[in-house]
Amino acid sequence: MDFKLTNEQEMWKQAVHEFCAAEVQPKASEMDANASFNHQAVKKMGPLGLLGLNIAEEYGGTGIDSISAAIAIEELGWSCGGTALSVSAHNGLGCAPISLFGSEEQKKHWLPALASGEAGLAALALTEPSGGSDLSRAVQTHAELDGDEWVINGSKAWITNPSVGSLVVTLCRTDSREDSKAFSLIIVPTDTKGLHIHPAESKMGVRASPTHALSYENVRVPAKHLLGEIGQGLYQTYEALDGGRISIGALAIGLARAALEEAMRYAKQREAFNAKLSGHQAIQWMIADGVTQIEAARWLIFHAAWKKDQGGRFTKEASMAKLFASEMAEKVCRNAIQILGSYGYSQEYPVERFYRDARLMTIGEGTSEVQRMVISKHALG
Amino acid sequence: MNIVVCVKQTPDTAATISIEEGKATWGDAPLVLNPWDEYAVEQAILTREELGGKVTALSLGPEEAREALKLALAMGCDEAILINDPLFESADTLIVSRALAAGIMKLGEVELVFFGRASVDSDSGVLGSQTARRLGWPSISWAAAISHHEGAIEVERMIDEGRQVVRSSLPAVISVVKEINEPRYPSFMGIRKASKAEIPTWSAESIGIDGSLSPAVTWPEMFAPQVKSAECEFIAGQSAQEIAEGLADRLIAEKVI
Ligand SMILES: Cc1cc2nc3c(=O)[nH]c(=O)nc-3n(C[C@H](O)[C@H](O)[C@H](O)COP(=O)(O)OP(=O)(O)OC[C@H]3O[C@@H](n4cnc5c(N)ncnc54)[C@H](O)[C@@H]3O)c2cc1C
Ligand SMILES: Cc1cc2nc3c(=O)[nH]c(=O)nc-3n(C[C@H](O)[C@H](O)[C@H](O)COP(=O)(O)OP(=O)(O)OC[C@H]3O[C@@H](n4cnc5c(N)ncnc54)[C@H](O)[C@@H]3O)c2cc1C
Repeated sequence: MDFKLTNEQEMWKQAVHEFCAAEVQPKASEMDANASFNHQAVKKMGPLGLLGLNIAEEYGGTGIDSISAAIAIEELGWSCGGTALSVSAHNGLGCAPISLFGSEEQKKHWLPALASGEAGLAALALTEPSGGSDLSRAVQTHAELDGDEWVINGSKAWITNPSVGSLVVTLCRTDSREDSKAFSLIIVPTDTKGLHIHPAESKMGVRASPTHALSYENVRVPAKHLLGEIGQGLYQTYEALDGGRISIGALAIGLARAALEEAMRYAKQREAFNAKLSGHQAIQWMIADGVTQIEAARWLIFHAAWKKDQGGRFTKEASMAKLFASEMAEKVCRNAIQILGSYGYSQEYPVERFYRDARLMTIGEGTSEVQRMVISKHALG
Repeated sequence: MNIVVCVKQTPDTAATISIEEGKATWGDAPLVLNPWDEYAVEQAILTREELGGKVTALSLGPEEAREALKLALAMGCDEAILINDPLFESADTLIVSRALAAGIMKLGEVELVFFGRASVDSDSGVLGSQTARRLGWPSISWAAAISHHEGAIEVERMIDEGRQVVRSSLPAVISVVKEINEPRYPSFMGIRKASKAEIPTWSAESIGIDGSLSPAVTWPEMFAPQVKSAECEFIAGQSAQEIAEGLADRLIAEKVI
């Protein structure tokens, strides 16, 4: 066992940190206030490799290991929760299914422009207005083969990135049967006729990440846009989500770290009752808990990422890491507000934004309840 | 075209100098590639992208300076060489320029050498010119734009009086200012390459420097300047006019104007 990052990982962490500190973080507050997408920074991410975290080198990606990918998303989360969510969804939800289940031809066709950033960000549409947790019940969007085209009808809700990207991998019913083999994943370019991208949702947090409802009105795409085998869509979704959950956990750690840094900076300079705040035990304990929980979450994330790279399934590890990291981030951000007192509650300081951003992490890509269902199923058998 | 970029490892500019027993120290500030050198590295890579060839990053420094060279490799330099020898421990710029020039000669057939404007720690800003002198090549400092013409270069220099355009034959030594480009961030692929790269160490002997070197300039002591206390005074008034008059009166009273 070895708990040390490799030299390559250390350098990568430093490089991504510097990029985020210079290009992403300075805009985070403004992007949040205006609910706008940081096009400028995201455009610069392609050449660094940040948009090809789940793409092999031969298709223009990085072929990066999962720990390095988690490191990158943590740094992004540290700099701007919304921007990080969009980049995380691009890599983990949009690109991953094509990398994992796409044919050689599909990968060659779609992935290089996604890795370079030319094609904008990718999206994965699972959730529908009637639900996101129980997908096999909620997904009503259906696709029928007409000659050599799929005709898709239905609607999706809460989809990250369609307005800033070129394709939406869409989970559709392709069979009238009532079991988990009724679904398939189909690539839908965003400029396809009949695909309506509704105005961005107005949200509590991650406001720099655009989230949209979609409607599919006789959307026609070539039959060859089907990913992998017909009927495998739900299984493919769960497999992609395992990776996405590591990413959301890493993002949550970044948010917690940013909040704790701010709280520590503040506690060392503000005085109350004849001492710096950092001199009071009640504050020290919050800091100690934050430092410990962040570290614990990071090891869970690194372990899940390591397991992913060993091959085979890592469902339980990813769920545990995502559950712990996202709930931890909420707590740490809450305490950061507490330490800053009324300034913590004010928009003059960033910690209230961290808190609002962190709140999403226990909901997106499987709620905490869903993670507990997954974990307990593994534990109880 | 064979291009060399000379780089130095320096403390992070965000680091604060601390005072220990009256002496200035960087303490354990993180070490980085001298920020000015990032522009030199970028320009070297841009030149290679335009004209082809090879970029070698060259640094004289301690063992840790390898990290700065790795960053240069991660940005896109092809090779890196560290000149490291106990002989250079208290080297001044005259000695460093001698060693760099010897390193450049050892590399052979170099046509362009890039430097950053200065290093952020010692801030002498003379190393480029000194190295050029050692090599007997033209020295062009404060370069803000460069264009290439068959065997020659045209450089726009940013000087106090304005912009000056000069032409030079090759080989030449150029030190660049930050207006010249926007340094790229190292990519993951670059980092992967850099982390696996072998960076050879050249000793003083291997570049033909031996015997004892005595620096012309030494830094016997670094200390913090005396802190001057400043008082802050607010000038109040009902209107801008009134405030401005109050301010002018105070400045006259203080004999500032
Ligand atoms: C900012 C944002 C971005 C998003 N991006 C995407 C995206 O890119 N693609 C995408 O497909 N979706 C996306 N979503 C949707 C997200 O994945 C869903 O919101 C999430 O899966 C939960 O689904 P739901 O909101 O429909 O809640 P529901 O499924 O209706 O659940 C409501 C509540 O009931 C709980 N619950 C459900 N079943 C059980 C049970 N058996 N036991 C106990 N509790 C239960 C849930 O945990 C939750 O607390 C996004 C959402 C947001 C807010
Ligand atoms: C929306 C809003 C409305 C408000 N309205 C009013 C109002 O109408 N009138 C008014 O007077 N004020 C008002 N306030 C101010 C509010 O009462 C203060 O924010 C609160 O008393 C905390 O003070 P502080 O923010 O200065 O935090 P600080 O006193 O600086 O405390 C910062 C942190 O240190 C902790 N701390 C301080 N001392 C100790 C100690 N000895 N041991 C352990 N921990 C310690 C605190 O619990 C807190 O977590 C309002 C604030 C807000 C946000």
